[in-house]
Amino acid sequence: MARMKFLCDAERCIECNGCVTACKNENEVPWGVNRRRVVTLNDGVPGERSISVACMHCSDAPCMAVCPVDCFYKTNEGVVLHDKDLCIGCGYCFYACPFGAPQFPQDGAFGLRGKMDKCTFCAGGPEPDFSAAEFRKYGRNRLAEGKLPACAEMCSTKALLGGDADVIADIYRDRVLKRGKGSEVWGWGTAYGKPERQPTPQPGAKS
Amino acid sequence: MRAALAIAAAVALAVLAVGCGEKTAVTVYKQGQYQGKPDKLPWDNNQFKGDKVAWEKAIKARNLNQSESFRASGGWVDR
Repeated sequence: MARMKFLCDAERCIECNGCVTACKNENEVPWGVNRRRVVTLNDGVPGERSISVACMHCSDAPCMAVCPVDCFYKTNEGVVLHDKDLCIGCGYCFYACPFGAPQFPQDGAFGLRGKMDKCTFCAGGPEPDFSAAEFRKYGRNRLAEGKLPACAEMCSTKALLGGDADVIADIYRDRVLKRGKGSEVWGWGTAYGKPERQPTPQPGAKS
Repeated sequence: MRAALAIAAAVALAVLAVGCGEKTAVTVYKQGQYQGKPDKLPWDNNQFKGDKVAWEKAIKARNLNQSESFRASGGWVDR
Protein backbone atom coordinates (compact mmCIF):
# COMPACT_ATOMS: atom_id res chain seq x y z
CA MET A 1 0.00 0.00 0.00
CA ALA A 2 1.22 3.43 -0.93
CA ARG A 3 2.49 5.72 1.79
CA MET A 4 1.77 9.19 0.51
CA LYS A 5 4.50 11.73 1.24
CA PHE A 6 5.83 15.07 0.03
CA LEU A 7 9.47 15.65 -0.79
CA CYS A 8 10.87 19.08 -1.66
CA ASP A 9 14.17 19.41 -3.48
CA ALA A 10 15.85 22.57 -2.13
CA GLU A 11 18.25 22.67 -5.08
CA ARG A 12 15.37 23.01 -7.51
CA CYS A 13 12.88 25.21 -5.67
CA ILE A 14 12.93 28.71 -7.17
CA GLU A 15 10.49 30.25 -4.65
CA CYS A 16 7.88 30.89 -7.33
CA ASN A 17 5.03 30.09 -4.91
CA GLY A 18 3.25 28.21 -7.67
CA CYS A 19 2.48 25.40 -5.22
CA VAL A 20 0.91 27.86 -2.78
CA THR A 21 -1.23 29.35 -5.53
CA ALA A 22 -2.21 25.94 -6.90
CA CYS A 23 -3.30 24.83 -3.42
CA LYS A 24 -5.32 27.98 -2.74
CA ASN A 25 -6.99 27.78 -6.12
CA GLU A 26 -7.69 24.06 -6.13
CA ASN A 27 -9.19 23.94 -2.67
CA GLU A 28 -10.61 27.48 -2.50
CA VAL A 29 -8.80 28.01 0.78
CA PRO A 30 -10.19 31.00 2.70
CA TRP A 31 -8.37 34.29 3.14
CA GLY A 32 -5.77 34.16 5.90
CA VAL A 33 -5.19 30.42 5.63
CA ASN A 34 -2.20 28.97 3.83
CA ARG A 35 -2.13 25.21 3.76
CA ARG A 36 1.21 25.41 1.97
CA ARG A 37 3.93 28.04 2.02
CA VAL A 38 7.46 28.48 0.74
CA VAL A 39 10.19 29.03 3.33
CA THR A 40 13.49 30.58 2.28
CA LEU A 41 16.67 30.32 4.31
CA ASN A 42 19.44 32.90 3.95
CA ASP A 43 17.26 35.03 1.71
CA GLY A 44 19.30 37.26 -0.57
CA VAL A 45 22.58 35.64 0.39
CA PRO A 46 24.43 33.56 -2.21
CA GLY A 47 23.49 29.96 -1.61
CA GLU A 48 19.98 30.70 -0.35
CA ARG A 49 17.63 27.77 -0.31
CA SER A 50 13.85 27.53 -0.48
CA ILE A 51 11.55 24.68 0.37
CA SER A 52 7.82 24.29 0.11
CA VAL A 53 6.26 23.26 3.42
CA ALA A 54 2.83 21.91 4.31
CA CYS A 55 1.52 19.02 6.37
CA MET A 56 4.07 16.24 5.99
CA HIS A 57 1.51 13.54 6.84
CA CYS A 58 3.79 12.17 9.56
CA SER A 59 3.88 8.44 10.18
CA ASP A 60 3.59 9.14 13.91
CA ALA A 61 1.75 12.43 13.77
CA PRO A 62 2.02 14.59 16.93
CA CYS A 63 -1.21 16.41 16.05
CA MET A 64 -3.06 13.11 16.36
CA ALA A 65 -1.42 12.44 19.69
CA VAL A 66 -2.36 15.75 21.31
CA CYS A 67 -5.89 16.24 19.95
CA PRO A 68 -8.20 16.22 22.99
CA VAL A 69 -11.26 15.25 20.93
CA ASP A 70 -9.49 12.68 18.71
CA CYS A 71 -10.68 14.20 15.48
CA PHE A 72 -7.66 13.00 13.46
CA TYR A 73 -7.41 9.80 11.49
CA LYS A 74 -4.94 8.28 9.09
CA THR A 75 -6.09 6.74 5.83
CA ASN A 76 -4.75 3.47 4.42
CA GLU A 77 -2.57 5.56 2.13
CA GLY A 78 -0.90 7.26 5.09
CA VAL A 79 -2.67 10.60 4.71
CA VAL A 80 -3.44 12.38 7.98
CA LEU A 81 -6.94 13.87 7.88
CA HIS A 82 -9.37 15.25 10.42
CA ASP A 83 -13.07 15.68 10.98
CA LYS A 84 -14.00 19.35 11.14
CA ASP A 85 -17.33 18.55 12.74
CA LEU A 86 -15.48 17.33 15.82
CA CYS A 87 -12.67 19.90 15.91
CA ILE A 88 -13.06 22.43 18.72
CA GLY A 89 -10.34 24.78 17.45
CA CYS A 90 -8.26 24.51 20.62
CA GLY A 91 -4.95 24.90 18.77
CA TYR A 92 -3.07 22.07 20.48
CA CYS A 93 -2.23 20.57 17.10
CA PHE A 94 -0.68 23.86 16.02
CA TYR A 95 1.69 23.83 18.99
CA ALA A 96 2.49 20.14 18.49
CA CYS A 97 3.21 20.33 14.76
CA PRO A 98 6.90 20.95 13.95
CA PHE A 99 5.95 22.30 10.50
CA GLY A 100 3.25 24.78 11.50
CA ALA A 101 0.80 22.97 9.24
CA PRO A 102 -2.47 23.44 11.14
CA GLN A 103 -4.11 26.74 10.26
CA PHE A 104 -7.00 28.48 11.98
CA PRO A 105 -9.31 30.74 9.99
CA GLN A 106 -10.82 33.73 11.71
CA ASP A 107 -14.45 32.93 12.26
CA GLY A 108 -17.48 34.82 13.52
CA ALA A 109 -18.15 38.47 14.24
CA PHE A 110 -15.19 38.93 16.58
CA GLY A 111 -12.61 37.03 14.56
CA LEU A 112 -12.59 34.04 16.84
CA ARG A 113 -10.40 31.09 16.06
CA GLY A 114 -12.31 28.72 13.79
CA LYS A 115 -11.92 25.04 13.16
CA MET A 116 -8.51 23.81 12.14
CA ASP A 117 -7.69 23.64 8.46
CA LYS A 118 -4.68 21.92 6.94
CA CYS A 119 -3.30 20.22 3.86
CA THR A 120 -5.35 17.12 3.05
CA PHE A 121 -2.97 15.79 0.39
CA CYS A 122 -5.91 16.71 -1.86
CA ALA A 123 -7.75 13.74 -0.37
CA GLY A 124 -10.87 15.52 0.90
CA GLY A 125 -12.21 14.39 4.24
CA PRO A 126 -14.86 12.30 5.99
CA GLU A 127 -17.74 13.34 3.75
CA PRO A 128 -19.09 11.61 0.64
CA ASP A 129 -16.56 11.81 -2.20
CA PHE A 130 -17.01 14.75 -4.58
CA SER A 131 -19.88 16.15 -2.49
CA ALA A 132 -20.44 19.86 -1.91
CA ALA A 133 -19.94 19.37 1.83
CA GLU A 134 -16.56 17.75 1.28
CA PHE A 135 -15.39 20.54 -1.00
CA ARG A 136 -16.61 23.26 1.36
CA LYS A 137 -14.95 21.79 4.44
CA TYR A 138 -11.84 20.12 3.08
CA GLY A 139 -11.35 21.07 -0.55
CA ARG A 140 -11.09 18.97 -3.64
CA ASN A 141 -10.61 15.21 -3.48
CA ARG A 142 -8.06 14.68 -6.25
CA LEU A 143 -6.82 11.42 -4.79
CA ALA A 144 -10.24 9.85 -5.38
CA GLU A 145 -9.96 11.07 -8.97
CA GLY A 146 -6.72 9.13 -9.36
CA LYS A 147 -4.62 12.29 -9.24
CA LEU A 148 -1.85 13.58 -7.01
CA PRO A 149 -1.95 16.84 -5.01
CA ALA A 150 -2.24 19.95 -7.16
CA CYS A 151 0.85 21.59 -5.61
CA ALA A 152 3.16 18.76 -6.66
CA GLU A 153 1.64 18.33 -10.08
CA MET A 154 1.79 22.08 -10.76
CA CYS A 155 5.41 22.51 -9.67
CA SER A 156 7.21 23.82 -12.75
CA THR A 157 10.70 22.69 -11.75
CA LYS A 158 9.42 19.49 -10.16
CA ALA A 159 11.14 20.52 -6.95
CA LEU A 160 8.08 19.41 -5.03
CA LEU A 161 7.37 15.75 -5.43
CA GLY A 162 4.26 14.14 -3.99
CA GLY A 163 2.98 10.61 -4.01
CA ASP A 164 4.05 7.13 -3.03
CA ALA A 165 7.09 7.52 -0.80
CA ASP A 166 9.04 4.72 -2.47
CA VAL A 167 8.53 6.11 -5.96
CA ILE A 168 9.35 9.73 -5.17
CA ALA A 169 12.38 8.68 -3.12
CA ASP A 170 13.64 6.78 -6.18
CA ILE A 171 13.05 9.82 -8.41
CA TYR A 172 14.96 12.05 -5.99
CA ARG A 173 17.82 9.58 -5.60
CA ASP A 174 18.19 9.22 -9.36
CA ARG A 175 18.15 13.00 -9.75
CA VAL A 176 20.80 13.60 -7.10
CA LEU A 177 23.12 10.97 -8.56
CA LYS A 178 22.83 12.43 -12.06
CA ARG A 179 23.27 16.10 -11.26
CA GLY A 180 26.44 15.74 -9.25
CA LYS A 181 27.43 18.29 -6.66
CA GLY A 182 28.99 21.72 -6.26
CA SER A 183 28.91 24.02 -9.29
CA GLU A 184 27.58 21.22 -11.49
CA VAL A 185 24.25 21.54 -9.73
CA TRP A 186 23.60 25.12 -10.70
CA GLY A 187 25.10 25.03 -14.15
CA TRP A 188 28.53 26.67 -14.08
CA GLY A 189 29.96 23.80 -16.05
CA THR A 190 27.12 23.98 -18.56
CA ALA A 191 27.50 27.73 -19.07
CA TYR A 192 31.29 28.11 -19.11
CA GLY A 193 32.60 24.60 -19.60
CA LYS A 194 34.91 22.77 -17.35
CA PRO A 195 38.35 24.31 -16.71
CA GLU A 196 40.95 22.85 -19.02
CA ARG A 197 43.27 20.52 -17.29
CA GLN A 198 46.85 21.74 -17.31
CA PRO A 199 49.25 19.15 -18.75
CA THR A 200 51.36 17.69 -16.02
CA PRO A 201 55.05 18.46 -16.63
CA GLN A 202 57.08 15.40 -17.51
CA PRO A 203 60.22 14.87 -15.49
CA GLY A 204 63.30 15.95 -17.43
CA ALA A 205 61.32 17.81 -20.09
CA LYS A 206 62.41 21.36 -21.03
CA SER A 207 59.91 23.98 -20.16
CA MET B 1 -60.74 26.45 38.28
CA ARG B 2 -60.53 22.84 37.15
CA ALA B 3 -60.29 23.92 33.54
CA ALA B 4 -57.40 26.24 34.36
CA LEU B 5 -55.63 23.46 36.25
CA ALA B 6 -56.15 21.08 33.35
CA ILE B 7 -54.71 23.62 30.91
CA ALA B 8 -51.75 24.27 33.20
CA ALA B 9 -51.12 20.54 33.54
CA ALA B 10 -51.30 20.10 29.78
CA VAL B 11 -48.84 22.93 29.24
CA ALA B 12 -46.51 21.53 31.90
CA LEU B 13 -46.66 18.11 30.29
CA ALA B 14 -45.90 19.61 26.87
CA VAL B 15 -42.92 21.51 28.29
CA LEU B 16 -41.63 18.38 30.00
CA ALA B 17 -42.11 16.37 26.80
CA VAL B 18 -39.89 18.84 24.93
CA GLY B 19 -37.15 18.03 27.39
CA CYS B 20 -37.50 14.33 26.57
CA GLY B 21 -36.69 15.03 22.93
CA GLU B 22 -33.44 16.80 23.75
CA LYS B 23 -30.35 15.05 22.52
CA THR B 24 -27.31 14.84 24.70
CA ALA B 25 -24.87 17.63 23.98
CA VAL B 26 -21.95 15.84 25.55
CA THR B 27 -19.90 13.52 23.36
CA VAL B 28 -18.42 10.54 25.10
CA TYR B 29 -14.86 10.22 23.88
CA LYS B 30 -12.87 7.05 23.81
CA GLN B 31 -9.31 8.09 24.45
CA GLY B 32 -6.94 7.56 21.55
CA GLN B 33 -9.55 6.46 19.02
CA TYR B 34 -10.88 8.45 16.12
CA GLN B 35 -14.30 9.72 17.00
CA GLY B 36 -15.40 11.26 13.73
CA LYS B 37 -17.29 10.10 10.71
CA PRO B 38 -15.88 7.20 8.68
CA ASP B 39 -14.21 8.01 5.38
CA LYS B 40 -14.44 5.97 2.23
CA LEU B 41 -11.59 4.44 0.29
CA PRO B 42 -10.33 6.60 -2.61
CA TRP B 43 -11.31 4.00 -5.21
CA ASP B 44 -14.73 3.46 -3.71
CA ASN B 45 -16.57 6.03 -5.83
CA ASN B 46 -18.35 6.48 -9.15
CA GLN B 47 -15.14 7.05 -11.05
CA PHE B 48 -13.27 3.87 -10.10
CA LYS B 49 -16.28 1.84 -8.97
CA GLY B 50 -14.30 -0.02 -6.32
CA ASP B 51 -11.52 -1.02 -8.73
CA LYS B 52 -8.45 -0.69 -6.52
CA VAL B 53 -6.06 -1.90 -9.22
CA ALA B 54 -7.23 0.78 -11.66
CA TRP B 55 -6.80 3.45 -8.99
CA GLU B 56 -3.30 2.27 -8.09
CA LYS B 57 -2.38 2.23 -11.78
CA ALA B 58 -3.59 5.80 -12.21
CA ILE B 59 -1.68 6.99 -9.15
CA LYS B 60 1.49 5.17 -10.20
CA ALA B 61 1.34 6.75 -13.66
CA ARG B 62 1.08 10.20 -12.09
CA ASN B 63 3.87 9.34 -9.67
CA LEU B 64 6.27 8.31 -12.40
CA ASN B 65 5.41 11.27 -14.61
CA GLN B 66 7.09 13.50 -12.03
CA SER B 67 10.45 12.13 -13.17
CA GLU B 68 12.08 13.81 -16.17
CA SER B 69 14.21 10.74 -16.81
CA PHE B 70 11.10 8.63 -17.03
CA ARG B 71 9.34 11.06 -19.37
CA ALA B 72 12.43 11.57 -21.55
CA SER B 73 12.89 7.84 -21.95
CA GLY B 74 9.49 7.64 -23.58
CA GLY B 75 7.77 6.37 -20.51
CA TRP B 76 5.20 9.17 -20.45
CA VAL B 77 1.89 7.79 -19.34
CA ASP B 78 -1.02 9.95 -20.39
CA ARG B 79 -4.40 9.46 -18.81
